[in-house]
Amino acid sequence: MLHFELVTPARLVRSEEVYMVVVPGAEGDFGVLEGHAPVMSTIRDGAVKVYKTAGATPEDIQIQGGFAEVGDKGLTILAEHVES
Amino acid sequence: MASLKELKGRINSVKSTQKITKAKQMVAAAKLRKAQAAAESARPYAGRLATVMASLAGKVGGKDNAPKLLAGTGADQIHLLVVANSDKGLAGAFNSNIVKAAKAKAAELTAQGKTVIFYLVGRKGRAPIQRDYPKAIAKHFDTTMVREPGYAEAEKIAAELLEMFEAGKFDVAHLFYSKFRSALLQEPTEQQIIPVPAPKVEAVGAGAGAAVEYEPDEEEILAELLPRYLKTQLFGALLENAASEQGASMTAMDNATRNAGELINKLTIQYNRSRQAAITTELIEIIAGAEAL
Repeated sequence: MLHFELVTPARLVRSEEVYMVVVPGAEGDFGVLEGHAPVMSTIRDGAVKVYKTAGATPEDIQIQGGFAEVGDKGLTILAEHVES
Repeated sequence: MASLKELKGRINSVKSTQKITKAKQMVAAAKLRKAQAAAESARPYAGRLATVMASLAGKVGGKDNAPKLLAGTGADQIHLLVVANSDKGLAGAFNSNIVKAAKAKAAELTAQGKTVIFYLVGRKGRAPIQRDYPKAIAKHFDTTMVREPGYAEAEKIAAELLEMFEAGKFDVAHLFYSKFRSALLQEPTEQQIIPVPAPKVEAVGAGAGAAVEYEPDEEEILAELLPRYLKTQLFGALLENAASEQGASMTAMDNATRNAGELINKLTIQYNRSRQAAITTELIEIIAGAEAL
């Protein structure tokens, strides 16, 4: 499972284990699964799709002013504004 | 000697003052808890962003094409002092400590022949700074309409600062606010915010990320993250300030309540003594009158 964290300046919105997250990167969408290579990317304003399990209906989280980082510890998204 | 009626009046007025200070103390204690929680929950974001910034700045910082926000304008002539105060008083020396720190810095810079301008946040810093530097206040950011300064305010302040920086109105910006140590201790703090001081690179973080892919590339990410980092720093300062204000207010009001209690005790003793003296005088008069018959 992939460890996914969504953080805004005001609080830690999400911290959970998920199957996959599709991130609207500045240069195109990309999906992040467990064991993804380290990436740092800016994010377009839009929806982050969170798949809890394989094949599940994705949950959309609207974010603005985001930044994604994939490292050993999983995926961390820093966003200035989040609507969920 | 004050008459009985006067004493009674004073005791009552001190009592109502004590009620007010006590109420303010309890309000501050409740707000302090909230402010502390807010400061607490802002830490993960600030921490993560600082780590990312550190690794990026380490890579890009040395190059010639580093962003202006990181490298500076190359000059060191005009200094902007961003002074964050509160809008309300009744917080002991909270506001005057921040202003004092800012003024000390301003005097130091002026002595070195630099130009100093001010950007004020909050109402309470305005009067004392205007008295000493009537023409140096570039902008006053009004926070009286918001109950608790939040990220929206930090964004607006950052946008205005960036605009001024782009227009070449200043070279270096310092931020003055009060760091929250505990309810009893708040430290007026000075921090350079523009050019952005690169966060310290943690040896572990840099070593682990062997081959990180960047999208678009390091420079562009850094250019986008720098303003965001500035916002986060301002936001953090606003939160620390809010917690400090409540802490200072709580301590100051606790002292005031205790002083009022002491004063009431003293006045009550004085009141009782004069009452006894009055009764004794009256008795003597009656007895003397009776004996004369």
